[in-house]
Order: sequence, then structure tokens, then C-alpha cells
Amino acid sequence: MADASWLTKFPAMERADLVALRKAMDGGYREFSRTYGDAIESFFDPLLMFLVWFEKLLLGAPWVVVLAVLVGLTYAASRSWKLSGLVLGAFLLIGYFGMWADTMRTLSIITVATLLSIALGIPIGIAMARSDRVQAMVTPVLDIMQTMPAFVYLIPVVMLLGIGKVPGIIAVVIYAIPPVIRLTNLGIRLVDREVLEAATAFGANKAQRLWNVQLPLAMPNIMAGINQTIMMALAMVVIASMIGVKGLGQPVLKSITNQYFTLGLLNGLAIVAIAIMFDRVSQAYAKRSQKHLESVHGD
Amino acid sequence: MATDQDPQIRVENLYKVFGTDPHSVMPLVHEGLGKDDLLARTGHALGLKDINLDIQKGEIFVIMGLSGSGKSTLIRHFNRLIDPTEGAIFIDGVDVMSLTQKELEDFRRHKMSMVFQRFGLLPHRTVLENVAFGLAVQNAPKTERNAKAREWLATVGLEGYEDQYPSQLSGGQQQRVGLARALCTDPEILLMDEAFSALDPLIRSGMQDQLIELQDKLHKTIVFITHDLDEALRLGDRIAILKDGALSQVGKPEEILLNPADDYVEAFVRDVNRARVLSVDVVMQPPQCRLTTANIDDALKQMRGWKEDYAYVFHDDEYQGVVTQDALEEVCEKPDRNPPLHEVAKEGPVLQPDMALQDALPATLECEYPVPVVGEDGEYQGTLSKEDMVEVLANSNEETSDKEAPKVA
Repeated sequence: MADASWLTKFPAMERADLVALRKAMDGGYREFSRTYGDAIESFFDPLLMFLVWFEKLLLGAPWVVVLAVLVGLTYAASRSWKLSGLVLGAFLLIGYFGMWADTMRTLSIITVATLLSIALGIPIGIAMARSDRVQAMVTPVLDIMQTMPAFVYLIPVVMLLGIGKVPGIIAVVIYAIPPVIRLTNLGIRLVDREVLEAATAFGANKAQRLWNVQLPLAMPNIMAGINQTIMMALAMVVIASMIGVKGLGQPVLKSITNQYFTLGLLNGLAIVAIAIMFDRVSQAYAKRSQKHLESVHGD
Repeated sequence: MATDQDPQIRVENLYKVFGTDPHSVMPLVHEGLGKDDLLARTGHALGLKDINLDIQKGEIFVIMGLSGSGKSTLIRHFNRLIDPTEGAIFIDGVDVMSLTQKELEDFRRHKMSMVFQRFGLLPHRTVLENVAFGLAVQNAPKTERNAKAREWLATVGLEGYEDQYPSQLSGGQQQRVGLARALCTDPEILLMDEAFSALDPLIRSGMQDQLIELQDKLHKTIVFITHDLDEALRLGDRIAILKDGALSQVGKPEEILLNPADDYVEAFVRDVNRARVLSVDVVMQPPQCRLTTANIDDALKQMRGWKEDYAYVFHDDEYQGVVTQDALEEVCEKPDRNPPLHEVAKEGPVLQPDMALQDALPATLECEYPVPVVGEDGEYQGTLSKEDMVEVLANSNEETSDKEAPKVA
């Protein structure tokens, strides 16, 4: 130990020890997935069934009907003919360039992933807002979820559930859920103290305060979170295609490996079109539902 | 069993300490450690110190203090938005600390309601829904609560605004919504936390008038918080002055104005326009020099026994006017000397007991003798002289400047 090599060379763990550690952990996890994999998979069966049903619905229905519903929903949410016309044009182009089926698949997985993120994220956000301790525990987890490269958590998901729709959607939800959780938490914490106090003073219980005061007043922030979640889910589509999620991501992946520039560009633009549609529609809806905040008394 | 004599709200030995472990520092507080020392030594803030209060049914009780005096903390103890560190609060004889969560919610729904400084309205609900909020929390049927809400909106003068959102209303209108919301559950007790402080002066005095007018009809128990002494004097049946979490003085407005308990209260009342706040009956002198006889000789006899050379003539319990000794003697010297006294009396100014001093000022100054104060029923209640007036209106400044100089630590 007399030489000073530890100064120039980091005193790392022995190679053999590292290998042993990795083997032990991987072996342990493999063992876990072998034992419980089936059980966990069957736990997600209802989700898979819903996903398959929804995709079949979008793919099976005549394209005219699907297009009419999409444009109708856009108008219902935004009350804007301009936006509705844009959506109509974008989807006509998508269909014309032969990307209709892939777009429908992507649309279905994004919709399900978003619904799942909202269903899980808002309750978690509420729990965080209610208790500082929960917030202190969840925040670092969210940080990890947002900074950990997506490929890394694809590995255990695939090990556990194999390749397919369900692991794909889990990966998308893990990647996309943090904004809705964070902004739900933030939104509720920012609710005017006096309004909440007023509700309490009139004898509102916890549930009444949540539904009548906290959630409605936090809604602008929650909607911003949902919007972010949708955008992140769309960004994840390409990565999720690596583990067998069909849709617009797969042609993009194929274009990277084969250097098909135009194919990549077209599919990429289709993703952008969907993203813009979701973004504008959800924002227009949020703005419309918060209209009472804008009309300020003029004096 | 609560009788009429029992106070509606009773606060006993109430202490509130803010910090991580309030109970651990209570011994120090009981030893008399001050607010600043406590904060420096333990990091705990003393919010309220040994508060004892009785608030009677149907009175407007004003709690006044500057910001940081603990007044908002105190009012939040009444409906337990804040729990005390030590002490007890009884509402109609019930210890509110003994209530379970469910009972507490019920108590807040029916017994008392609150009006907030920045209104605390729900921005996403219409004015009507806001007013009906208290009833909605009680799960009252929609038609019933909307009908009641409409009624109260009309009472506060906001008919036609039902479907507006709060942000479309001016500050004064919003606070009327807040007031209507508080009244809509028909509570016995109304807590008003700086309810008018965020409003423009003109609108504020309008709201004060409206509150007084409403109170004449409703007879609620109102606890009103303010930092504005003029507001306190105008609204309060009784006033409590809070300083650094402790009560300095509790009393009727005129008691506080005329007999401030300590330097702090005195500094407070120094700038008050007494002429506007005080009424004649508070400062008038006891009645004297009253003549009821009709006979001038008797009257002269009586007057010679008095120091003053004037007297007030009453006939059939009605004030007739004033006579001077000289005038009477002159009448006596005339050959025809039998007119009844009340025909000789010279008519002069009269004051009503509930007049503000500023309204009584001109008559008092013009008159050479003290002006008699006569009630509505013709009862002679007292007199008010120039000198009385000057003393009351001027002494506020003299006295305080004397006392202010050497302050004993």
C-alpha cells in the first residue's frame, strides 16, 4: 500500500465484485419476474383489453366517422371553427400520405396513457398537497422519473412484462405522469387561503373543500399539467416503439436504422400534428372553462 | 343552561403561542416573559396572552388593534379555525374545544358565519351560488337555497347581479355578497374580520350604515374586527382594544374615549374627532336650575338661593324657555305683576341627548348660558355649556402631551 496509485486512479471496486453484484441483482430481479411476472401481467389484463378494444374501435370504424368525431370533439372543446378546420386538414393529409392506421394506433395509446396519467396523477397530487411528508417522499421519485433516461426503465419493464402494448403504455405513463402530479400539488397549494378558510368557516368538510374549492381553483394549473403530460406522452411514442408499441413511432425507428429521411419526416410531422391538436384543444378548453377569471370588473 | 344573563361568547384565560412546541414554553409565558423575549429565547411567537372576554347576545362587539396585535387570531378561535394553546371558549355555554370534528362542522354551519377582509368568495361560482354556499354545504335542496340566496341578495341591494361572477363586481359589491353569504345561513353570531378594511372610505361608510341598519332588524351577535378606531366607535356597542396579544381595555365607546386605560389606548384615541363621536348625553352636566312654578315671586325666591342668575322654566313637563334673575326682577317692579312664569320665559336653543357634539356646537357657543338638554318625552336631562364643550374637545391633546414625556420603563 506504499505506492500512491490511488491518487491517480480512482480506488474503484474490484471488477469481479462489481460483476458479482450485478449478477446478484439481475438474478434476483429475474427470479422475481419469473415468480410474479404472470400474476402482474394478469393484473394488467383489463388495461390491455381496454387498449386493444379502443385501438380496434379507431381502426375498425370508417375513417369518415372517426374524422367527424375528432373534428366534432375539437369544436366542442374549443368552440373555434379555425382550429376545427386545421384539425380536419391535418388528418386529411395524414390519411392521404398513408399514415392513417399508424396515427390511429398512436392516438389510442396516447389517449389511454393520458387518461391513466390523470387517473393516477391527480390523486397523488392531492395527497402531496395535503401532507408535507408525502410531498417530501414523492418529489425525489418524480425527479428520478423525469431525469432517468427512458431507456433505463424500459429494461425492467420489459424483463417483467415482455414486449408489447402494456409495457409500452407503462413506460409512457412513467415518463409522462410527473407534470400532472406536480402541477396538481402546486395548484392546490396555491389556492387562496382565505377562500379555503371561508369554506371551512361555513362548515365544509374535507371532501366538500376538495370538490368545491381546491380542485376548481387549482384547475388552471392542473390543466397545464395535463397538457404537459400529453406532450411528453407523444414524445415518448418513438422510444416506446422500441419495445413493440405500434404506431407512428415504428416508421420513425425504421427510418433511423435505414436512413429513410422522407419517411421519418412525414411520420414525425404526423406526431407534431397530433401534438398541436391536443395542445391547442386542451388549452382552448381550459381557457374557456376559466372564463370567469378574465372578466375583471372595470373601474 | 343558558339564561339571558349568560354571555353568548365567553373567553377564559385564552393563550395562543405559535411555534414548534407551544406547550413547552407555556411556563415561561405564565412567568410573564414578554413577546419579544419569548421569541428571542425560544423561537415561539406569543399570539394571544390571557384573554378574558364576555360578549353578550345581540351586541356589536368590536375588537380593535393594529396589525400584529392578534385580533385576527382571536376571532379565529371563536369558530376554531385556530385552536388555543391554553384556555377555553364557550359559545352559549358550550365549550367549543369539546366538540368532535363532526359537531364542529355542524356548529360552523348553523351557529356562526364569517365575513372576510378580502371577501373569500369562490371565483368560479356565480354571485347567487356564492351566497347559497353555506346552505349548499348543509346539503339544502337547490330550489330552497337559491330562493333564500335571492332574498338576501335583495336585502343587501344586489338584485340583478345573481348570475355575475365575483370578479365582475366592485369591491363594495363583492363584500355585500360576502355579507349576504354570511347571513344566508341565519346564524346567531356573525364574525367580521376586517370586513370593510379593503374598501374605499366612502364605500366603507356606506357599508357601515348598511350593517347598522341590518342589525337594527336582525339583532345578531356581531364580533367585528378592525384597525380603524373611527369604525370601531361608529359600530361598536362595546370595544375591546388589543395590543401585542393582550387586552388593554374593554368598554363602551365613550368610556374608551374619555377614560383611556393606559398610554397605548390614549395614543389611539388622541386623533379621534370627539365632536363627531361623542353624543351630548355623555358629556352633559346633571340638570339644575329647574323652575316648575308658575309664580314669579316663588321663582325669584328660588333663584336667589342658587349661584346662577338664570333658570330653565318647565310647565306641564314641557320646556318653556329660560329666564334671568334680572329679567324677573324687572317684571316684578312693573305694576301689573301677575303673568305666569312660562310667559315671561325667553325661548332659546335646546339640545337632544343623542345629538353628536359637532351638531350641538353652534347652539352651545352662541348661547350665553348652558343649553338645556331635553329628551323626546320632554324630560329635562341636563345642561351643556361652552366650557363643558371646550373641556371635552380640547383636553385630549393637553393631557397626553403632559403624560407622554417621561415614560417609565
